[in-house]
Amino acid sequence: MPDDSIALTIDGQAVRVAPGTSVAAAVLIFQGPGFRRSVTGTPRGPLCGMGICYECRLTIDGLPQRTSCQTVCQAGMEVVTDVP
Amino acid sequence: MFLDVSKNRSFDVLVIGGGPAGMAATVTASGEGRKVGLVDDNPDLGGQIWRGERKKPSSAEARVVFEELQKSTFEALPGTRIVGLVRPGTLLAEASGSLVELSYQSLILATGARELFLPFPGWTLPNVMGAGGLQALAKSGLPIAGKSVVVAGSGPLLLAVAAHLKKKGAILRGIFEQAPLSKLVKFGLGLWTEPSKISQAIDLRWQIGAVRYRAGAWPVEAVGGEVLRSVKLTDGKKVWSVDCDYLACGFGLVPNLELPAILGCSIGPGGTIVDEWQQTTVENVYCAGEATGVGGLDLSLFEGKIAGHAAASGRPDKARFLLNYRDKARRFARALDESFALRDELRHLAKADTIVCRCEDVPAGALAGRTSWVDAKLQTRCGMGPCQGRICGAATSFLHGWERGSVRPPIFPVGVENLAEVYSNSASSPV
Repeated sequence: MPDDSIALTIDGQAVRVAPGTSVAAAVLIFQGPGFRRSVTGTPRGPLCGMGICYECRLTIDGLPQRTSCQTVCQAGMEVVTDVP
Repeated sequence: MFLDVSKNRSFDVLVIGGGPAGMAATVTASGEGRKVGLVDDNPDLGGQIWRGERKKPSSAEARVVFEELQKSTFEALPGTRIVGLVRPGTLLAEASGSLVELSYQSLILATGARELFLPFPGWTLPNVMGAGGLQALAKSGLPIAGKSVVVAGSGPLLLAVAAHLKKKGAILRGIFEQAPLSKLVKFGLGLWTEPSKISQAIDLRWQIGAVRYRAGAWPVEAVGGEVLRSVKLTDGKKVWSVDCDYLACGFGLVPNLELPAILGCSIGPGGTIVDEWQQTTVENVYCAGEATGVGGLDLSLFEGKIAGHAAASGRPDKARFLLNYRDKARRFARALDESFALRDELRHLAKADTIVCRCEDVPAGALAGRTSWVDAKLQTRCGMGPCQGRICGAATSFLHGWERGSVRPPIFPVGVENLAEVYSNSASSPV
């Protein structure tokens, strides 16, 4: 990873990504395709990639229900998924 | 979530949506000397088609529009999402967790389109994504090289997505278009009247190379436990299975009409109704691009320019020539629409236990006896989750012919703490 990489945490795990990487892409890279559980407990990950479906919603810097596909990774960002 | 008065803004012309139509409208209105604001809920401009291309445009068209925008004077408001109307002439928006009011003399809605997703068994599995959805993620940093991908569904977007993914090193396991070959051939012949479209189509085919493009085939099941493993496809006679890491699947585009609807604009069968200068049925509110009816890039650019002129300086004669270009692009769009009409079989892919509303996990069986969208919402909670029916509303419109009916603000989930405060000061209280 080049020096301009961005350091953030996903569920407490320290990771580095290239500048411009979306949180959704970062979670897919480091955590895998399951982002959260649906209301009946089925696994879910990103669907629309454009902030419409809310399937990729995560808690980012303490704010719940953020669309991770529309959020660009920032230095020091804390991302929390809903995967037990 | 708090109203941040210091971030309130006032514009002559406010443009909602930073895709091609909104960018063209911004350049045009700014060129007329008006104070212009351009809002988009994504982190950068470009819309879906030119996502991430501001610094490195992938086509001559994109380069021209980004360069024009670069030379224009306007205020960009990226990462900003419109959630409702405070009072006529003022919208409520959310940015980075705070609320702001955006006021305008004229408003141009360029809200674009989203993919149509249809339910089939397994479609909720992680790694089953939209065609544009997977492309958007690949553009925002998801490594796709060496991953095997099935592209399926309908529409010209499938080819564009496949070409992009292949260029990024994905292993394409096939492109499956539900429309029958006969209709596509008819459309292909129609292209002879549009030479630039032929070169585009040939170019895409060349980029995809030896990858199989199969018409008259569609997905019937996504298979996997916690994550997608394979896709079952059919041509209506036999069913076969293809292993893959990702299924990129969308059944065409549907316009984003929530904002035009809450502003009171009349909506027709294809999208927001506009007059020849792109004005909606609400005075000083214009609409351009996919939100007036899905029609592609050229049409969006013409509509954006026309709306930009009309919103900035009335209906100038010097811009009248654009109306003919727009009407020609519109005719092309209609022909495209017919060629990719969705087949009836797609209405019957969902089994009784297949989830239709992904937010509330409402299965197809629970919707079977329902008579309307409102009935379904009240009886099953279909469409009542965070996406507010954007996914299942479009799906059930195709599956059951249900109209989505009225849209109520806030049109995106927003913290309620200060909504009451914002609206308590306004004459009309739309919440």
